[in-house]
Amino acid sequence: MPPLDAKAKIALELNGEPVEVAFAPHKTLLEVLREDLGLTGTKHGCELGECGTCAVLVDARPVLSCLVLGLACAGRRVKTVEGMAEGGRLHPLQDAFAELGAAQCGYCTPAFLLAAGALLAENRRPTRDQIKQALAGNLCRCTGYIKIYEAVELAAARMRGEKAQPARETLYGYP
Amino acid sequence: MATRRKTAADRPPDRLTAAFRVVGKALRKVDATAKVVGATKFADDVALPRMLYAKLLRSPHPHARILGIDPSRAAALAGVKAVLTGKDLPIPFGILPVSQDEHALAPDKVRFVGDPVAAVAAVSEETASAALDLIDVTYEPLRPVTDATDAVTHPEPRIHDYGDGGNLHKLIDLEFGDVAEGFAAADLVREDLLFFEGSTHLPMEQHAAVADWSPDGKLTLWSSTQTPHYVHRALAKVLELSPAKIRVIATPNGGGFGGKSDPFSHEIVVAKLAMLTGRPVKITLTREEVFYCHRGRHPALMWVKTGVKRDGAITAMHFKSLLDGGGYGSYGVASTYYTGALQTVTYHVPRYKFQGARAFTNKPPCGPKRGHGTPQPRFALEVHLDKIAEQLGMDPAELRLKHLVPPNSLTANWLRIGSMGLGPCIRKVVAGSGWKEKFRKLPHGKGIGLACSSYITGAGLAIYWNPMPHSGVQLKCDRGGGVTVFCGSTEIGQGSDSILAVIVAEVLGVDPFDIAIVTGDTDLTPVDLGSYSSRVTLMTGNAAIQAAERARDIIARHAARKLELPAERLAFAERRVFDVENPARGLSFADAVQLAEAAEGTVGTVGSYTPPASPGRYRGAGVGPSPAYSYSACVAEVDVDPATGIVRVPRIFIAHDVGRSINAATVMGQIEGSVYMGLGEALMEEMAYRGNRNVVHKIPSLLEYKSPTTLEMCDVVTYVVEDPDPNGPFGAKECGQGPLLPVPPAVANAVYDAVGVRIDVVPITPEKVFKALRRKAKGEEPRFGPTAFPDIPWPDPTRVPPPWEGGDGKAVPLTPGASPGLDGARIPGHAPGVRDR
Repeated sequence: MPPLDAKAKIALELNGEPVEVAFAPHKTLLEVLREDLGLTGTKHGCELGECGTCAVLVDARPVLSCLVLGLACAGRRVKTVEGMAEGGRLHPLQDAFAELGAAQCGYCTPAFLLAAGALLAENRRPTRDQIKQALAGNLCRCTGYIKIYEAVELAAARMRGEKAQPARETLYGYP
Repeated sequence: MATRRKTAADRPPDRLTAAFRVVGKALRKVDATAKVVGATKFADDVALPRMLYAKLLRSPHPHARILGIDPSRAAALAGVKAVLTGKDLPIPFGILPVSQDEHALAPDKVRFVGDPVAAVAAVSEETASAALDLIDVTYEPLRPVTDATDAVTHPEPRIHDYGDGGNLHKLIDLEFGDVAEGFAAADLVREDLLFFEGSTHLPMEQHAAVADWSPDGKLTLWSSTQTPHYVHRALAKVLELSPAKIRVIATPNGGGFGGKSDPFSHEIVVAKLAMLTGRPVKITLTREEVFYCHRGRHPALMWVKTGVKRDGAITAMHFKSLLDGGGYGSYGVASTYYTGALQTVTYHVPRYKFQGARAFTNKPPCGPKRGHGTPQPRFALEVHLDKIAEQLGMDPAELRLKHLVPPNSLTANWLRIGSMGLGPCIRKVVAGSGWKEKFRKLPHGKGIGLACSSYITGAGLAIYWNPMPHSGVQLKCDRGGGVTVFCGSTEIGQGSDSILAVIVAEVLGVDPFDIAIVTGDTDLTPVDLGSYSSRVTLMTGNAAIQAAERARDIIARHAARKLELPAERLAFAERRVFDVENPARGLSFADAVQLAEAAEGTVGTVGSYTPPASPGRYRGAGVGPSPAYSYSACVAEVDVDPATGIVRVPRIFIAHDVGRSINAATVMGQIEGSVYMGLGEALMEEMAYRGNRNVVHKIPSLLEYKSPTTLEMCDVVTYVVEDPDPNGPFGAKECGQGPLLPVPPAVANAVYDAVGVRIDVVPITPEKVFKALRRKAKGEEPRFGPTAFPDIPWPDPTRVPPPWEGGDGKAVPLTPGASPGLDGARIPGHAPGVRDR
């Protein structure tokens, strides 16, 4: 039997590009991304699958990277927050999160962006309740989620080609 | 420097009323892009070559003497580079000068399950964890103290050998006027007992720190701390290094809420391990360890007695609190004072007595959580007032509106109120929620409740009493028109970096995104005391205004010469310096900076801020004074299922007097986030321990510690009220903590409106509602709540006449044979005025 920490090598598609990475086989996808691939945009809040902070997309579906072995991602398509902006331009979700202050401390933000992105890929016009359901596995302690819902709705509208602007009460409160 | 030193007081009044170019707009934060692309470097994202990993061995006992520690087997494990025990770090520390009661590693005694006793640095986290299992510790268990009441009745064995006797850490007795006389003059005197359960901050980012030691004797620490200045002090003290040889860099915090405001064991340990090994050392706490760091909301048992006239005017109030402090002091002395400080700043209280006690218990230490010591008494007071209003047959909103503290006044405990926007706040939530059509008129199971609150905008007195400023800003103008602002403040997600940018942009007429912000680095930035007590916008904002106005004066001098105009005629806006009477005549800001630099050299200025002196001059007057008080009013809607006791909150209306919005979008986020955290405390959050089973934490995990998800969070209708305060930058007051306070009492009052039972405890869990409904059905008191306040050996009171009784804010000497006080609370055996449904 090889030593437990003998590195294994896998190939995967990461943020649209093929990569190869070698790591100790017990490592989670979270650890491989952060420690072996240097992509620290993926965060962790518990490393027990409880908070949703480490969510990334594997084959376009949100998964908790702290519960997935790196080895299980051989040949899969993995997307992290670093892969959202394209050509130096923010993804509409990133733009809306920044515009409305849906990212306060920003620690849970990458996971919310990816989970919301997966929702919008399946449902271009989600209701507020559908957004809540889709994001129910992600904890945020700063925002109370309100600005996150509003940012997802704003981004969804813009992704549908509408010239949407935030409501005045979103930014300034009710008169 | 030729510029005149200005203070908040002599600043021209037009700053409060002027039209603003940048201030008050809804802007994205200067760090928003970095956050949405995942580029923000949090402490655990820092990685250095040859870095080692540290782990802490924590006590499995709540209270025990350490008889011996043998780390030799751990030190011998391959890959282990250093092992530390208590004897390696013998100097105590603590956030407050009066509570230097912590050690980085317990030298002789452990005080809670999770108290650190040893540390390892190794080549990997796995190796460090394995080494912890090889450290042999011999403990002699002592009787644990499980809660505050247990601490009162069990003075021995003592958890600490200091404090106010036995296991009581701090006892306070303050009296502002003769409350007995006030109660005698009342038409109604009511007493209530309430309990506020402890809760924790639960920042999504686990605490992390990285230390680096250079052979030239320089230590650098990156840490997720809200208070780099105090970490700087603690490291210098414990490691016996010159502060000049220590650099503390506060990385952006992944949420703080007060939980990263103490200097922590793990920060000192990695620093020491880096010094010993000569290599960088990182530690990232597990989520379970974050629960042990805690410093969260103190569980508080409270007794309140208020006398009122028929119209609801308060004649006197007596408030008692007993706080469960956990194993160490932390901010606890201040927390205890805060449970009695702000009762007087919302409604006029002519006579006021406060008795507060903090107990040491064998649990993780409590400290400052969002609202620091004030959400508990605010819950008690606002529920108490709801009951009083019902007994008087008054609308609770009307009762409050009739007796508001006047603006620009002093309170009984000598707090100076400036702007006071609570009236408009109440009217907003009453109108918006349809209060008058709904209160006591909704069908059974549906309810509506109201509560109000106030909070400090920064503590008027610093933790270390000295004559130096609380906040400093340094500013440098670049030849290209860029500006760099340096400030010791710490970005914890609240938007403090953006506040600096907006304020400097407003004064210098540039774009906020032309401004580079450097914060939270003790080598680079002037001291700001830290992100706590809602102080940052007001204090750094005033310091930034001063620095920016000094730069503007320099630039204006030389632009005026070039334009052949008096400097007073120049305006700064749109990246230009121009004639207010002929805007076409002007210079670009960059050209104006170049003229100034050519004439005077580098354009660099400083600004600083010190809060005004407080009029209170008695012992204990240090907690409560603030340059300005924010105000909030809240109406909560609830649905209560009478069959299960489950409470759902569909919507909360919140109005907050922020003085002046600096960044409207950030203000909205702070208010909504405060409502969220208040809702969690109202309904579900609790630090629960198994008192009978080794005082272990029941639920040190994010799954079992219930916090609101998207499915529990309510809709929020927010009203921003702006009553500018002369002490605030452009009139601004705080908004990050205050709006939390009225939420738990508003929910409790709404539950009563819905089903006619009083839940005098938060969190308001289904079990408590169900039990109270059962009692109601049986004809018993329809209430769930505490029934007794223990006898506490209060000290002699400090007697301070309130301002309207003369005096100068100082205590008066005790007269011999004075009344022994009003101990031994009694609760009426009946609940008056409960509706019959």
